[in-house]
Amino acid sequence: MSGYWSDIFTGGKSLLVGLTITAREFFKPVVTEQYPYEVPTMTPLFRGHIELIGNEETGAPNCVVCGMCQRACPSLCISLDGKKNEGGKGKVLTSYVLDFTKCSLCGSCVESCNFNALRFSKEYNLASFDKNDFIMDLLKRLEDQNQCKH
Amino acid sequence: METSIWRALLYLVGIMAFAGLNAAYLGWCERKGAARIQRRIGPCEAGYAGLLQPLADGLKLMSKQLLVPDGVDGIIFRVAPVLAMIPAITSMVVIPFSENIGARAMELSVLLLFALASISMIAILLGGWASGNKYAVISAARSVSQNLAYEIPMLITVITVVLISGSLNLREIAIDQQGGFWHWNIFRLENGHFLTMWISFIIFFICSVAETNRAPFDMAEAESELVAGFMTEYGSMGFGLFMMGEYLNIVVGACLTATLFLGGWDCPFGKTPGVWWFLIKIYILIFTFIWIRWTYPRTQIYRLLNLSWKILIPFSLINLLITAALIKVF
Amino acid sequence: MTVPIHLRHDETFVLNLGPQHPATHGVLRVKLTMDGEYIVKAEPVLGYIHRMHEKLAEAGTFAQFMPNTARMDYLHALAFNHGWALVVEKAAGIEVPERAEYIRVITVELNRIASHLLWWAAFLLDLGGFTPLLYAFDDREKVIDLLERVTGSRLTYCYMRFGGVYNDIDDEFIAGTRDFIKRLRGRMPSLYHDLVTHNIILIKRIKDIGIITPEQCRRYGATGPVARGSGINYDVRKNEPYSVYPEFDFDVPVFDECDSMARYMVRMHEMEQSLRIIEQALDKLPDGPVMGKAPKVLKPEAGYYYSAVETARGSLGHRLICDGGKNPYKLKLRSPTFSNLSLYGEVAEGMLLADALAFMGSLDLVIPEIDR
Repeated sequence: MSGYWSDIFTGGKSLLVGLTITAREFFKPVVTEQYPYEVPTMTPLFRGHIELIGNEETGAPNCVVCGMCQRACPSLCISLDGKKNEGGKGKVLTSYVLDFTKCSLCGSCVESCNFNALRFSKEYNLASFDKNDFIMDLLKRLEDQNQCKH
Repeated sequence: METSIWRALLYLVGIMAFAGLNAAYLGWCERKGAARIQRRIGPCEAGYAGLLQPLADGLKLMSKQLLVPDGVDGIIFRVAPVLAMIPAITSMVVIPFSENIGARAMELSVLLLFALASISMIAILLGGWASGNKYAVISAARSVSQNLAYEIPMLITVITVVLISGSLNLREIAIDQQGGFWHWNIFRLENGHFLTMWISFIIFFICSVAETNRAPFDMAEAESELVAGFMTEYGSMGFGLFMMGEYLNIVVGACLTATLFLGGWDCPFGKTPGVWWFLIKIYILIFTFIWIRWTYPRTQIYRLLNLSWKILIPFSLINLLITAALIKVF
Repeated sequence: MTVPIHLRHDETFVLNLGPQHPATHGVLRVKLTMDGEYIVKAEPVLGYIHRMHEKLAEAGTFAQFMPNTARMDYLHALAFNHGWALVVEKAAGIEVPERAEYIRVITVELNRIASHLLWWAAFLLDLGGFTPLLYAFDDREKVIDLLERVTGSRLTYCYMRFGGVYNDIDDEFIAGTRDFIKRLRGRMPSLYHDLVTHNIILIKRIKDIGIITPEQCRRYGATGPVARGSGINYDVRKNEPYSVYPEFDFDVPVFDECDSMARYMVRMHEMEQSLRIIEQALDKLPDGPVMGKAPKVLKPEAGYYYSAVETARGSLGHRLICDGGKNPYKLKLRSPTFSNLSLYGEVAEGMLLADALAFMGSLDLVIPEIDR
């Protein structure tokens, strides 16, 4: 019987304490972020999908088509192609396609790049009804970015 | 009292409006209240502060097909949600909102209310049973044992009130408590009833939480155990009616508590009694329902029965004896 | 709770709990043979999200498996990162700079807190309490924001590298972590313990429910809070120390009650211990590089390698077989939840449905980690 009375009293007290706590929280300010109206700031290291880095002056991609990123990628998302640079040495990037549907944002490609040609974008609003929207032509993206700059 | 057709019509419309408004907007209040307790905003898109949300929800539910799965008992499956709603609305008939507002002041209105309250339990039983879903059947069985267990202490505590007021008429009971909070049954000074009545009040309140299947006693729709309990197979307005019935039961429970224990439409200071005091009281009680729901985890079915049989029933019986003795002595 | 009535095994029905059910937290299916509300037999059915991660490891290089590790136990992803990094470092003989070790410990422990907070939230949700979920998420969000700062992602981290970590922590992270420690310590007593732990409904709900005997733990190989709630003092961080854990002063909470409440208390105390570890690590944090010398292409010597780490759910073992090539020859994971779940069937027998679900919540299951 001893448990009977202590259950009633300590139990009743614990229930009242619970009520006071939720009552206190009731009058505290809201902590949630109202997403479409308040946009979160992305940290500098935020990993969005990758994008190409262009040369500061010419805007041409820094990429030298070494293919390291392609080999580093665990999910085979990256396919790139280049041709011989006419008049110069090395290769010029002709296409760089990221299949974002397979990408797990691990960042191996960015790390493997020795020529400062890849970085993470800060884009997180990625939603679409069309799968093809996520087969991204990063070279075109770079051109668009260059046009915006000028 | 005059008994013209207009009076009947007026009350019919009034009660339907009161019931409908409460059924719709308590959902909104609950969501807002829960959100505030959890430090969120809650519905805010539809209209100012989400005030149009119930309307939008209702439209959505109504525009959906009432799906009757194969292998269910079609008639009972369709009847059950209606049965959940009707007794709750009917109960409003005997509730005295103020001295002059009240559809019918019947002699045995307390009894009528309890009779109607047990019908909503039958609605849950039928809904769960007819669904033919295992979760629903378990839920229905739970709901019956729960309601049986909690109707006993509830009725015993009501008897204490009836003993004090000497009437089974809710209006009479309320009139008996007029003139300031020291006349209310819960704090009643005369004959020293305040000694036992606050315990009666607590027991009654716990029972009404359990009767309305609200958390922490929401055994019947324990969503993490029984998916949605008796409502598992219901969609569209069938589900909507069950929800509305639940909210209306809360309103009825709050009205009953306010009338039996808190003096009905009486002002705490004995000055300006009126319907507004009644409304303030029931909404405070309803808020407490919401507050409790969003504070505690759910209890377990045998704990719930233990609470009723081992704690509430003995306490209410002792309370009844003491109250009777007090009345006899003084 | 013990079975108060004699179960009649001839009047049973089968209840399919899952693969989609609010209490199974993922795609676990439990085939329950029920007698009324009593469980006669419980049979967990697995494999709904088997993604052959272990086989995938053989298809790529060692580094290419790193992102996969985070996708197994998405709640304590950094521990899985850590485990994989440890076993490969052991195989290839890579040294890790001290600062990197400290950063690993700090981030792993932060992640452990986040994992326990989410467990707490989900457990309370199983028990029907919705509000604590939001309070725990509020705190968890702070941890995730901190980790996002250093790792760049919020849930499935790919932060560890062979020979160090991907990125150094900055002063803002350190200050933020110290703030978080203060914040969680401030909120723990009221929002966690007064509101929930001392609540009579919760106590009645989980005390003496789901008794796992130490003998059962040993038989099924249960580890982590499940074993520690049954009085088995086993924590990989203490018993087979790895990384820089021996340098910290922390306790391993052990409870002898063997019930769900004991497992609950173990996790609550573990959060406090993790805070202690983080605090000490921040105080002692040495300067230096965060990346050691590691060859670009790893070719560990042929052989068998094993290493274990303590995740939020128990001991995680990586068994790696190398044949001297660029890819792992074979990888086998010993994941904690798989063993913890195996004892479910035996323990849940004779329980009420609601108790069995509360018990399941107390095991802290992460299904993708069981199925891999």
